[in-house]
Amino acid sequence: MVSQIEKVQVQNLSVAYGGGSALRNVNFSIYQNEILGIIGPANSGKTTFLRTLNRLNDLDPRYQHKGEVLIDGKDIYRKWNVFQLRKKVGMVFALPSPLPISIFDNLAYGPRRHGVWSKSRLNEIVERSLKSAFLWDEVRDRLDQSAMKLSGGQQQRLCIARTLALEPEVILFDEPCSGLDPISTAKIEEAMQVLKKRYTLILVTNNTKQAARVSDRVAFFLMGELVEIDQAEKIFTVPKDKRTEGYVSGRYG
Amino acid sequence: MKAWINPKIQEKIVFASLFLSTLIIVTPVILVVAIIIARGSSVLSVEFLTSMPRMGMKAGGIFPAIVGTFYLVIWTLIFALPIGIFSAIYLSEYSKRNLLTRIIELAIVNLAGVPSVVYGLFGLGLFVGFLKFGASILSGSLTLAVMVLPVIITASREALQSVPNSFREVSYSLGATRWQTIRHAVLPHALPGILTGTILSISRAAGETAPILFTVAAFYLPRLPKSIFDQAMALPYHLYVLSTQVPNVRLELQYGTALVLVGLIIIANLVAVVIRSYFRARKQW
Repeated sequence: MVSQIEKVQVQNLSVAYGGGSALRNVNFSIYQNEILGIIGPANSGKTTFLRTLNRLNDLDPRYQHKGEVLIDGKDIYRKWNVFQLRKKVGMVFALPSPLPISIFDNLAYGPRRHGVWSKSRLNEIVERSLKSAFLWDEVRDRLDQSAMKLSGGQQQRLCIARTLALEPEVILFDEPCSGLDPISTAKIEEAMQVLKKRYTLILVTNNTKQAARVSDRVAFFLMGELVEIDQAEKIFTVPKDKRTEGYVSGRYG
Repeated sequence: MKAWINPKIQEKIVFASLFLSTLIIVTPVILVVAIIIARGSSVLSVEFLTSMPRMGMKAGGIFPAIVGTFYLVIWTLIFALPIGIFSAIYLSEYSKRNLLTRIIELAIVNLAGVPSVVYGLFGLGLFVGFLKFGASILSGSLTLAVMVLPVIITASREALQSVPNSFREVSYSLGATRWQTIRHAVLPHALPGILTGTILSISRAAGETAPILFTVAAFYLPRLPKSIFDQAMALPYHLYVLSTQVPNVRLELQYGTALVLVGLIIIANLVAVVIRSYFRARKQW
């Protein structure tokens, strides 16, 4: 059972890029230690929503927003220092995105930027993070090798570990398995089930089956609107909205 | 009715004209190098490279010109590299797309197109005259620095922009600041390209005559420069002097000087090629 502590609160959030509206008046909360799946067709605003939570959208000069997002009850745009926010809200991208440096340096990248330089402390962090991402046994003997030499699935778990190295509280997954084979996908889903005990996970996926397998609750976005959010089994068996039903039964998207 | 050519013959004609054009480009390069080597290599010796000119430059070596060119290149890099790389970082990573940026870009493009003799006059007016540095290594290398800035900026900027944007996003998503992102996720991966641009600018600075003509180059100096406020001899200007200003100089002496100059520039370019291919082989993205 998921806790009822509201980790993320989204209040009347609207987002636009230049003239084009990407999200319209979204309201809902995300609970601590749940896996929230976000599904919806292309251009539904899923990724935009995700990149709002860690303010990565700020990098786009056309980005504008209205409304509020609170994390731990604090407004991310007014009360949070953006660098501390991104430390607390980690992100795993759609394509595996290791930096072309060693496995160790990838893991240490975040901690170093936040002032951790002690070798023993970094060793500790690297080992702990790789273990949490179920990658330690596969790479323990070659931490100084380039991360680019890993397979796609390993690279993606490296990216998860790199996020964990900062001890975040919320982790955003942006279609993390879109380029991976079924076995690598299974490993990542397995990792997520363990991670949710300590973190709050938000998973954007184009794969409705994955959302059904992994999520506690599922939100369905369509053309910038939150159509429905409910327990995963309800979304996939007795959705309240016709559009949700159409999407999960494969009639569009 | 359209003229119809047998496709096989057409293919041969096209191939022949493309290949011939390419051959025509390569020929002068090979000829230049070959002639210079054939006529100049006979004077090449340790003594030629390390001794002073004698008998009104009709004999002896070209040591002071080599030293002068060396000093000029070093000081040019000291002045141009930081400014060039910093502005490339600004333009690539910080600037917004607005009127000011476009004006700056236009200025850089135009700076690259200014004839080198105009740089010489500019240096004479600003550094030698107005700032009263006189004809000196300081004035000459500042003039050369202005000349190679566009080369360094353009190459560095291209190198920075070829670093995938995902590196920046990853860095930001881990809570890094803009400067940390540039310093640790962008610059290390742009360095080979920046280095290539730098080396190309070295060969440009070493080879130009006009910018140093009024700003530093000495017709003949019987001693080496002691400070950057001294005049200096330089290879390209020495070659010009030998070829036009001093009567009855042995041809071998001129070609020998040319050989040293071309040799230095070819070595610099080769180093650039080697660095580039080394990093390209290691590049993983």
